[in-house]
Amino acid sequence: MHFPEGQNKDAMPLQDQDVIREFLIESHENLARLDQEFVELEKHPKDAALLSSIFRTIHTIKGCCGFLGYSKLEKITHEGESILSELRDGRRDFTPSLASLILETVDAIRNILSCVEATGDEGADSFEELTERLKAVARQGQMTAPAVPETYAHPAETPPPVLAAPSPKPPPTAAKPEQEPTKSSAVADSNIRVGIDLLDKLMDLVGELVLTRNQILQFNTDREDPKLNATSQRLNLITSELQEGVMKTRMQPIGTVWSKLPRVVRDISVSLGKQIRLEMDGTETELDRTIIEAIKDPLVHLVRNACDHGIERPEVRQQAGKKAEGQLTLRAYHEGGQVILEIRDDGGGIDVEAVRRKATDKGLLGATDRLTDREVMNLIFHPGFSTAETITNVSGRGVGMDVVKSNIEKIGGVVDVSSRQGEGTTVKLRIPLTLAIIPGLVISSGGERFVIPQVSLLELIRLEGDAAKKQLENIRGALVYRRRGRLLALANLNQILGLQTPGFNLDTTQASSSVATQNDAITIVVLQAEGQQFGLVVDGINDTQEIVVKPLSKQLKGLSGYAGATIMGDGRVALILDVAGIGELSGVLSEAAEHAAVAKKPEEEAEKQRMLLFGAGSFERLVVLLSLVSRLEEFPLSSIESAGGCPVVQYRDQILPLVTVREILEPDKHVPGKHAGPPPADPVQVVVFSDNDRSVGLIVDQILDIAEEAVTIRQTSQRPGLLGSGVIGSQVADFLDVSYILRASTAHWFQAPPKGGVRERVLVADGSAFSRGLLRGGLDIAGYRVSEAGNLAEATRALEAHRVDIVVTAASLPPHGGSALRTAMRGNPEWKNIPILALGDSETEVQALIAGRLFEACQAKFDREAMLRSLIQLSAAIGLSANEPACMVPVTAQARTGREA
Amino acid sequence: MTDQTLQAPVAAKATSGQYATFFLADLFFGVNVLSVQEVLCFQHMTKVPRAPEVIEGLINLRGQMVTAIDMRRRLNIPPRPVDQLPLNMVIRTEDGAVSLLVDDIGDVLDVDLATYERPPENLAPATRDFISGIYKLSERLLLVLDTERTVDVTPAPKTVSPRTAHR
Repeated sequence: MHFPEGQNKDAMPLQDQDVIREFLIESHENLARLDQEFVELEKHPKDAALLSSIFRTIHTIKGCCGFLGYSKLEKITHEGESILSELRDGRRDFTPSLASLILETVDAIRNILSCVEATGDEGADSFEELTERLKAVARQGQMTAPAVPETYAHPAETPPPVLAAPSPKPPPTAAKPEQEPTKSSAVADSNIRVGIDLLDKLMDLVGELVLTRNQILQFNTDREDPKLNATSQRLNLITSELQEGVMKTRMQPIGTVWSKLPRVVRDISVSLGKQIRLEMDGTETELDRTIIEAIKDPLVHLVRNACDHGIERPEVRQQAGKKAEGQLTLRAYHEGGQVILEIRDDGGGIDVEAVRRKATDKGLLGATDRLTDREVMNLIFHPGFSTAETITNVSGRGVGMDVVKSNIEKIGGVVDVSSRQGEGTTVKLRIPLTLAIIPGLVISSGGERFVIPQVSLLELIRLEGDAAKKQLENIRGALVYRRRGRLLALANLNQILGLQTPGFNLDTTQASSSVATQNDAITIVVLQAEGQQFGLVVDGINDTQEIVVKPLSKQLKGLSGYAGATIMGDGRVALILDVAGIGELSGVLSEAAEHAAVAKKPEEEAEKQRMLLFGAGSFERLVVLLSLVSRLEEFPLSSIESAGGCPVVQYRDQILPLVTVREILEPDKHVPGKHAGPPPADPVQVVVFSDNDRSVGLIVDQILDIAEEAVTIRQTSQRPGLLGSGVIGSQVADFLDVSYILRASTAHWFQAPPKGGVRERVLVADGSAFSRGLLRGGLDIAGYRVSEAGNLAEATRALEAHRVDIVVTAASLPPHGGSALRTAMRGNPEWKNIPILALGDSETEVQALIAGRLFEACQAKFDREAMLRSLIQLSAAIGLSANEPACMVPVTAQARTGREA
Repeated sequence: MTDQTLQAPVAAKATSGQYATFFLADLFFGVNVLSVQEVLCFQHMTKVPRAPEVIEGLINLRGQMVTAIDMRRRLNIPPRPVDQLPLNMVIRTEDGAVSLLVDDIGDVLDVDLATYERPPENLAPATRDFISGIYKLSERLLLVLDTERTVDVTPAPKTVSPRTAHR
């Protein structure tokens, strides 16, 4: 990093001058306030808020001049700051002499600032004497901190500072103190500070004006009135100019964000032992301030990443025949109504093969997927894709690239990365200039008009007559179009939004027929969202327009598919489509989501679970999740009694029914009740499962271990009672299907006495058979009727097949997650009132679910009690409360007779 | 009248005695007059596909985007005859203006606060949820609309609300 030292005005680059101007304006304002605050402080010398405000002001100036290379100013402010910090922390008392000393410092700062303003450098006076005095006071304060109740008598042999008098005037070099006030105000006068609120209000009003202008123009085209025509043309021009002007007021140069980057780069390069030179090009490129705000963090992250992972250490660079000093270039420029930001390093680049390998390992890529290098590189923006191992050997901040991407996309931007191995990486951000007024394509569909933001628009296709029939294919309801040799997935807007289709019928539900076209033209809008393209079939294209984006009201905010609304030239409202949302609704953006699902799965499953290992019969290693187990107990064999022909034990003032695992797993070897095989151990090892106030004990032969491992069931089992097998602690173990065991043995114990009326039917949707089994177990026992679904399609089939009262879905339901199921259900009038309980795999996921507020209830997956509680609440909410699930049936005599019967 | 006003033990919401009234089927509703922004004749509405069905559409009210809620559907009252156009009663809410589509607009009434009563228990829940109280006028009952709840149409259902959970 280079800090300019003693620069002079002419040599300074333009953007630096801007920065300095801002620094001067701000400092002058701050210093003016400081004077007031000092007066206040003399009245209330202990006011902590005042002291910290003064401290902050000096601190800010110090920080800025460090950055700008004003070393004298920095020295003085530094000394002043240390005294102030002691004052602030109460380590020193505020005395008049101290006050004058600080005021003197402030004057010195002012002097230097005016010097800077006049000549561009700090002037000749170095204020050494003042600095020395400040130092002396600081030293002395540290030694005898509280015990200096002095007045003007100053211990140091300094000339008594007089409060009113300005600082000892520097021998006039460039700065003329008499001109000071006018000078400093000169720069301040040409600028005024305006509240953001006012600017936002102005922007709103201009938005209104633009709309009204559009209306007038439309009105004008309908008439032939030369006067009106002339006036409206003028109105048109003025409005456009005004719009531009107001937009400008909200514009800030990108330099305001960049200004903190040199420091970031310096710090990183020092801490990593790298040499990095930062170059910035296009600092004056302007962006709307809301956008500036939004790109701040992603930008810092990208720069960090480039320094950390991109640029290599000096020795590595030299070996590769590059300069030891790495180069990081930031560029900003306008292109086609957008702003392009480039972050380019000349580092090692991205190892495409490594990324590809990693992606294949993670299941992001199939072995057969043929992605271009560029596409592969963009995988680094995939959530959970750790760049640390693949791209460089520097561990650490590899995460967060997905956040960068989503933040940029949130403001309608696009991220793209390109890299050549050994030569460097370039990340390109494409960002809209503003968010308030955007160009849009007006289309009509189902008799309504909609606006598609032009950013997402790639091309328009109109197919007429035979062409339509030839080039459109219907693959079992999925409509595709052959576009230049590649298939483009199509979505029908009318269908997605449930609109009337006038004229022709593009019925994708008829799997057999190709497209039935009565009207022989089909209009396809080719769109891009989330890095994918798809075609949206609409009824017609109207025109393009500058539209003013208005947010939807609270009542409609949660609706996916819309980005907002706008008012058209005729004064009517039109909805703005959210392209990504539409794609998701129609399922054409599935591939990415599926990728994501596949990518996520190993991670989720890699989450460690605590498991209990035990042996029973010929099964030496059986496993259950420890979270399902409530206790491990030992009972003397003699304490086991029989109740209703079943073994029970008295346990905590209850009768605990017992189940012998091996009898259930190997019913042919062990006749229940009679103890064939090896005699039961004494004491008996019992695993107690509890559900509210009901418990059941599983008699096992021996408890082996508690292991903490990632649960992956490698092989599913055909054998009833087992879910499958997996490797735990490098040995294979069988997963016990607890719900089966409980069902098989104790169904009668727990079965609710029929309470009249129907039991609620719960649909369990979860991609993992293991989870489904566990969930089903808990629900069965609690008296719900359960149906299962392994993915979205199965779930909708199940919903169609029979009445479902409550849906329990895993957040990770394939292929698009539980939210897709929710979307599907809310879109159907019959299902939209069915409450959904979403289950997350981890606490963080649950938090995310809760935050998402999509579902009626959310919780962790294997918390059975909470799940049952939620279900009761949900069923109460849908008015089935009279039919409370009969899950709390304690072991009663009545129930026992039930078992006998 | 003023004496009674002072004595009347009424809910905090019902302290103002002035109500803007409207008709909905055979029911007579009142909304605190201060929360009413304006009353409009039927306006063109832009339908919002996939929105909750109580939302009739979006209205451009002098550049302001206003969501229109069909009060018949909201209160589970059979739809109004096709030939009858609804009127807009635009009310102010925390989140901007919302238009209530009603059958007809009545006068602004100065009600006697002493005639206030809580809604009776036997009201159908679909209606009761949106009525905060009733004024017994001499010739008919004035149902006080709970506007806050009326406009709380959230397409994305929240987690189980505490109110229903404790039932």
